[in-house]
Amino acid sequence: MKRARVAYSGAIHEATAAGAGSIRLGDGRVVAESDVVWLPPFEVGTVIALGLNYADHAKELAFKPQDEPLVFLKGPGALIGHRGATRRPADATFMHYECELAVVIGKPARRVARADAMAHVAGYTIANDYAIRDYLENWYRPNLRVKSRDGATALGPWLVDAADVEAPPQRALRTLVNGRQTQSGHTRDLVFDIAFLIEYLSAFMTLLPGDVILTGTPEGVVNVDVGDEVVCEIEGLGRLVNRIAGDAEFGRGTAAGTRKDKGSA
Amino acid sequence: MAPFRLSGTVYAALLNHRRSLDALGDAVAAAPYKGAPKGVVLAVKPRQSLVAPGGDLQVDDDGEPLEIYAALGVVIGRTACAVAEADALDHVAGFLVVCDCTLPRAGHFRPQIRAMARDASCALGAAVVPRSQAGDPDARALRVFVDGVLARASSTSEQVRSTARLIADVSDFMTLMPGDILLTGSAPDGPRVRAGAAIAVEIDGVGRLETRVVAAAPRMRA
Repeated sequence: MKRARVAYSGAIHEATAAGAGSIRLGDGRVVAESDVVWLPPFEVGTVIALGLNYADHAKELAFKPQDEPLVFLKGPGALIGHRGATRRPADATFMHYECELAVVIGKPARRVARADAMAHVAGYTIANDYAIRDYLENWYRPNLRVKSRDGATALGPWLVDAADVEAPPQRALRTLVNGRQTQSGHTRDLVFDIAFLIEYLSAFMTLLPGDVILTGTPEGVVNVDVGDEVVCEIEGLGRLVNRIAGDAEFGRGTAAGTRKDKGSA
Repeated sequence: MAPFRLSGTVYAALLNHRRSLDALGDAVAAAPYKGAPKGVVLAVKPRQSLVAPGGDLQVDDDGEPLEIYAALGVVIGRTACAVAEADALDHVAGFLVVCDCTLPRAGHFRPQIRAMARDASCALGAAVVPRSQAGDPDARALRVFVDGVLARASSTSEQVRSTARLIADVSDFMTLMPGDILLTGSAPDGPRVRAGAAIAVEIDGVGRLETRVVAAAPRMRA
């Protein structure tokens, strides 16, 4: 079973797939998938992300593999759904996507042993965890200005039940920019696998239903520009589409990024 | 209570006390840092790290000690997206006392959530003082007491970024929502305690928070 959350006709709905290009809302209506607004596919709790968790990507960024996972957290405003738009600030010179397998927690996990860890997984989705490298600094790196930006972490389209996916997932993943493949990898190459991450994290932070672990990205990150379409795919989980938008669309002027209007929204 | 809910996200400004970088000396210019931070440095305090008023802080019995930090919590009252410094305080509903704790950290290069996002490590005060009654947020004295003895004293006047500047810089890339709480920073080298310690944090004009440090419960089975 795979489920989405969408906005349609004035309300938020759970939805399931209903054949080519269509989805079925919880209330029975079948609508075109292009006629809905796709939201992150579940109620998201804490967003936990991994850096340097594919050996090839770590090498690409000239880092040695870690002894301990490189984990960072994001705020909820970072999240957007499938077919959303992510802002590229005018002063950025290197903004890149990161296609990642996202693991959704289904039941509380506190000090869980590795052997029991996968039983705490509700399902999986796809994440596109954008980064703007211009803003990277060496203090609590990666800092939130790089990794917890409004609308710069896309999730979706579907939450695929763990029961329908082998444990651990053995899936190819890739990114296409304007239809051209720029990144590819395979989840078998995770440095720290999902069971390890659940054991590691749950030793000091209780994982709760809705918490999500973004497991890191393989090599192949390239710059994206305003107008680009970025598609992250994971075999059997779907394709997550995102568009890069410019400052003007967000009412951002040239005055040091501060909006000229004084509205509170 | 003022018309907002404490159901948002808690963020903490890091390295926002002048002594934080001073304490590092020449190391600031050397690897891995290679210079003082330019942008605002933040941590997310996730939901399972938060301790409601009256609750206890947790530490592992057999592990490292807990470091205790006092912080002024700014409660957001109006959505703040890309606000100017001059308008920033208009988005504040009020202030509360926060006791934010970590394990000892290995420097400041990595986020170290094992030290900084632990279960029951960030205690929130019971009372939110409305902005109109709290006075200047950048002239607040903070005190940490351990077992009734004054252990640390500092002031928000010693911050690198003022409260308004922090809100402006954060909201440039991350919208702050009503109910979110922004901790404006703490002086470095908080006192280290173990299970059994009684903690109090006071902020002039904002209030006093009392909590205890208790040993965390043992392993749960799946």
